[in-house]
Formats: sequence, structure tokens, C-alpha cells
Amino acid sequence: MHSNPAKNHSLVGPEAASERTLYPYVTGTSVVAIKYKDGILMAADMGGSYGSTLRYKSVERLKLIGKHSLLGASGEMSDFQEILRNLDELILYDNMWDDGNSLGPKEVHSYLTRMMYNRRNKFDPLWNSLVLGGVKNGQKYLGMVSMIGVNFEDDHVATGFGNHLARPILRDEWHENLTFEEGVKLLEKCMRVLLYRDRSAVNKLQIAKITEVGVTISQPYSLKTFWGYSAFHNPTVGAEGSW
Amino acid sequence: MTKQQANWSPYDNNGGSCVAIAGADYCVVAADTRMSTGYNILTRDYSKICKLADKCVMASSGFQADVKALQKLLAARHLIYQHQHNKQMSCPAMGQLLSNTLYYKRFFPYYSFNVLGGLDSEGKGCVFTYDAVGSYERVGYSSQGSGSTLIMPFLDNQLKSPSPLLLPAQDAVTPLSESEAVDLVKTVFASATERDIYTGDKLEIVILNAEGIHREYMELRKD
Amino acid sequence: MANSTVDLPHKGGFSFDLCRRNDMLANKGVQPPSFRKTGTTIVGLIFQDGVILGADTRATEGPIVCDKNCEKIHYMAPNIYCCGAGTAADTEAVTDMVSSQLQLHRYHTGRESRVVTALTLLKKHLFNYQGHVQAALVLGGVDITGPHLHTIYPHGSTDTLPYATMGSGSLAAMAIFESKYREGLTREEGINIVVEAICSGIFNDLGSGSNVDVCVITKGNKEYLRNHLSPNPRTYVNPKGFSFPKKTEILLTKITPLKEKVEVIEGGDAMEE
Repeated sequence: MHSNPAKNHSLVGPEAASERTLYPYVTGTSVVAIKYKDGILMAADMGGSYGSTLRYKSVERLKLIGKHSLLGASGEMSDFQEILRNLDELILYDNMWDDGNSLGPKEVHSYLTRMMYNRRNKFDPLWNSLVLGGVKNGQKYLGMVSMIGVNFEDDHVATGFGNHLARPILRDEWHENLTFEEGVKLLEKCMRVLLYRDRSAVNKLQIAKITEVGVTISQPYSLKTFWGYSAFHNPTVGAEGSW
Repeated sequence: MTKQQANWSPYDNNGGSCVAIAGADYCVVAADTRMSTGYNILTRDYSKICKLADKCVMASSGFQADVKALQKLLAARHLIYQHQHNKQMSCPAMGQLLSNTLYYKRFFPYYSFNVLGGLDSEGKGCVFTYDAVGSYERVGYSSQGSGSTLIMPFLDNQLKSPSPLLLPAQDAVTPLSESEAVDLVKTVFASATERDIYTGDKLEIVILNAEGIHREYMELRKD
Repeated sequence: MANSTVDLPHKGGFSFDLCRRNDMLANKGVQPPSFRKTGTTIVGLIFQDGVILGADTRATEGPIVCDKNCEKIHYMAPNIYCCGAGTAADTEAVTDMVSSQLQLHRYHTGRESRVVTALTLLKKHLFNYQGHVQAALVLGGVDITGPHLHTIYPHGSTDTLPYATMGSGSLAAMAIFESKYREGLTREEGINIVVEAICSGIFNDLGSGSNVDVCVITKGNKEYLRNHLSPNPRTYVNPKGFSFPKKTEILLTKITPLKEKVEVIEGGDAMEE
């Protein structure tokens, strides 16, 4: 009855008055990560989708946080950048103590969990699924947080489509003593399946490694694919007489 | 651009079942360790049981993020209590605190289904059972979560407690021995796992008695 | 007697009598009943001598398992089988119906049924009902033209594939196929990959579970391996067993016997006046 007339007659509709993320714009797809013998390995492709349009092809979705943690994100990329800004501040303020202590992956994961949950409480979610991995004092850590604050640790995690396609493979083949080479092979296997079956995945990916020694994020590269099945050659021949 | 997901929901259901049984000098609290969303398993090894005080544990299913927030809040309140009173909170006191905490969020509830188990000041087993907005009751046994509709009738059949209407009030604790209660808990979870898709993977059992807190595990179906 | 007003029995097809009433009820907010769904993993692949189909055996109704060991690989013809996912009643009805049409067709022609025939009958039916017949199928068989594998979606679209998955566990199973399938598999290798794919569905998808059914179809031969693998036994049985002694408590007993005699009033005076 006493509503603001300007609001009601607004040309852009009620959504424009709201500041929160109602739906994502530019999104990244799955992140897959595993523990291995010496630390954590994480993989993500570099596509940035604008709805169903493949809008960006060089989006870096794996980032180093502080000295001991690696963050991978899927979902809204601008929200991810806001999260990175918050984490930068967190790390900076922690450095200013200059007490020789630094935040480990467990602490960063906990911080992210609270941040995501807090924003969902405000009905203003950060539209991401985050993967956090790291090593500190010989302890490997790998965890996940969802858009609404659901969080857990596991030996291997995956976001988005990876939950459907990569985790079945990881549950079958993952074991504690994977070497670096075996780990990369396993991740590439997952990423290849995702590439075949996730429409927003692209064949340009990065794999990141974090150990006690430090972090390496690989240069972008592609996977070998196979499309040579004879049934793919002339599909109509398989159902001759039908339509 | 088309809307991908216009309907955002602040809640999710991460499944799982919880059971608590009180005896004359013990309390058994149990929950499975599966955490799921929709038809997906997020992890097979997530503990739903949280130790709140020396003689008080809570098992919770529902929305994991709310459960975690609730656990952290209760832990903080318990720390303050210890500083103020220089002692551990009793289980009935924690029961009331949990109820108040849940009701405080009456209009944006914690989507969390809890059973609280422990020992009261006389060392007798006690179980409190809750709904999501803080209605609670002291009972002899209870079950909450996705498999509760399968588990509760079985417990009723085996442990039928005296009517709360009887005068003088009868003791609500169950007549079973500790090992019988543990056996019963294992059976109800094996049965619930057969028929409830959100219950499974592993069973975590916490036993409180005069000797302290003791934990054991049992494998459940993983499908 | 041109217009018969007599109600004749249905000649076949669905009855739509209550659609208008149901619409009205739905508009007033009445919830329709839920059906038994086979939240499912079903798969199939082509190997060097034919086709292998596979399925899990769980049927669900919401979060509850209503059948722990159901059959999802349906018979279509001696050389053709079909896995069904979706509403159990629809998958059963549609496969039964088409299998009877195929049988009649065989009587008529005296020849072995072809997989395309089954495919066409199924897709025509499903397209007719615009997705309301909720059946997602994996159809496989070997006929005169060789081995064939198809998927059929509830709306009637079809695919012809070397390996296929359907149901809620389709992604978990496809993850196995995409990383392990190759052309020219032997029978052993084929069965192993199918079992692995179904197990992937069973253990990673909550809609799928219990046992693995497999059906191997080769030229002039088939082998239905019911419960080929049972990877999910019950994990605990109380060694002492349970008794259920508590019946409903008897608070009061009172027996009122039925009247033994009927009283007959003598005399017929009442009638006389």
C-alpha cells in the first residue's frame, strides 16, 4: 500500500533493485582435486561460460593463497575474484603481525566456510563451489565449500559436474600412495571424461601442485581425445529403416 | 542471457539418521557417516556426532552448514559457561540451551534434527529429542533424520517406554543392558540402510558411562 | 439403431476420462500420488560378437527403497532385450506391449525380429505421448544385420551408439565407459566393463543399488545372468535375534453374545384390519 511508486514503475523490474546474485553470469565449470604422496594436486579447465556461450577461454581458476594453500573455484567468476580480494586482505593482515606464523590450509578453509555461510544467511550468496587444498607441517589438507556453506574434507573432491563424473573414477582408483605422475594421470583421466560429457568444459586446462616445498601451477595445455569409433562414422547405418 | 538457476535456496538436505538410547547407567548415541545431496554422495566419512560437554553429546542430521554453525555456537556458549561457573555443563542444562538456541532462529530456522544424549547429575542415561525450531522432550530413546520413520517404530516395539501420563511418573530409561542397546542400535541401522537411500557407509556409535566416553564403528552398505 | 447408447468396453489405449477432474484438483492444490520409479543405472555396449546389457536392481519411491531386487532388463524378442529406467509401470507396459507386437509380427512373417523394428515401435509410441509415458530405455539385440544398441528418451528421440547409459546413475556409469571402452572387446572384457559401470552407478548414485544383472546377446544365442554380482550383503544381524512379544495390551474384556433367539409375536391380528 505504501510501497515506493518509483520502484513499482521501474522499467528494469524488481530484480534491478536487488544487489544480490540472483543468477550467475560468467561461470567456470568443475574443479577436481586429490591428495597424493607428497601433497595435493588440483585440476581445472580454463573456460568461462556466459550462459551457454563459451565467452572466455583463458580464465585461471586455480590460485595460490598465502604460502600453504591452493584455491580452486567453479561458479560465478566475479564472485571468485571478490573472494580472492577478501583472502588477500586476510593474508596481508596476518602478515602484519610479523610473528613468524602464517595461515595454513585448515584455517583458510574455515575462513571460507564462514564467509560462504555468512553470505547465504544474508540471502546474498557467493555463487561458487570452492576447493581448498594445501600442506603445512607435513599435514595434507583437502576440503570443499559450497555456495550455501556445506563443507567437508576428503581424500579427493570435485565440484559441479565433477561430482557426477569424476568422483566415481576417483573412488575406484584413488589410493594414498599415488606418485606425482600417477596423480596427474588420474586427474587427466577425469578431465578427459569431463571434456567428453560436460558441455561447458573446454580442452585447455591447468594442473596445480602444492607440497611442503611450494606451489607450481602448470602452463595451459590440451588433452588427447579420440573420436574414431566406427559407429560415429556413419551413425544412420546403425538404425537403417528407422528415422 | 537465460536464467540458469533462478530459484536459489538457502537450504539443502544432507541426509543421515541419528539414534540415542538411555539406560540406567549409560547412554548410547549413534549416527551414520554418509553425507549426501540429492542423489549424490558428498563424502562417506563425515561424523554427525559432536561432543558438547564431558557427559553430553549431540547427533544431528539435516543441513550440514546449519548443523556446523549450531555446533560452533554451542561450543562457544559452553566455553563461556565454564569460565563463569568453573564446571562442565550438565546434560539437562545443555538440553535447555539447545532448545533456546533453536527457537532463537524460529523464523529462519537451523534446518537441523538433533538428539542429545548424555548422563544426568545422578549418572543416569538421558536423551533429549528435538524438532528444528526447539520443541523438545526428555525421553528414554529417540531417532531423528532421514531414516527415523523406519527406525522409530522398531524402537517403540522393542523398548516401549511407560506412558508419560502415568502417575506417579515412571522412569523413561530403557531396561536393556549396555551391550544389548549397542546390538539394537547396530540392527536398526543395518535395517534402515537396507531401505533408506540417505543412510549408509559407516555407523559411528558413542557410548557414555561411568568410565567416560567410548567410540566404536561398524561398516554399513555403501550403495 | 445408428447411434448406440450402450457403453462399449475400451478397444485399447489409455483412458483420459478423469483428466479434466484431475486438472481441477491440481488447480485447487491437490498433490498427485507418487509412482514407483526405478531411479536406476542401466547400460549397454557392443563387443566383438554382439551386445551386452546391464542393470542394477533397486527400485525407489522417493527416499525409500521399495524393491531391493527388481528386474530391469526386459524381454523384447528372443534376440532382443531392453533395459528400462523411469516410472516402473511405464517401462514395463511399453516393453510388454512392443514385445507382443513383435511376436505377432514374427508369426506373420516367420522371420526373426529386427532391432530397428523394436526401436521404431517404441519411439512411435513414446513420441505419441509427448514424454508423458516416462520410459528411458536402452535397447540392444543381434539380428540379421548384426549387433545394435540404441537409447530411447521419454519424448521419443533415439540414439545409435557403441556404448550407452541411462537413468540417474548414467553419469557415474558413463565415466567408466568413457575411460575404458574400446572397439572389439572380448566377451570377458565386455562383461567386466559392464559390471564395473553398473557398480559405479550402484556405489555413487543413491537412486541405484543392490545387485548387478547382465544380459549377453550374441548371434543366435543369449545369456541372461540374473544377479551376476551381489556386492551388497546386509552388514549386521543380531546373533541373538529379536522377539516381538508385546502385543496390544488388553485393558478390559467384555463379551456381548449375539441374541440367540428371534422373538416371534404370536397371532396375525395386525393384518386383519
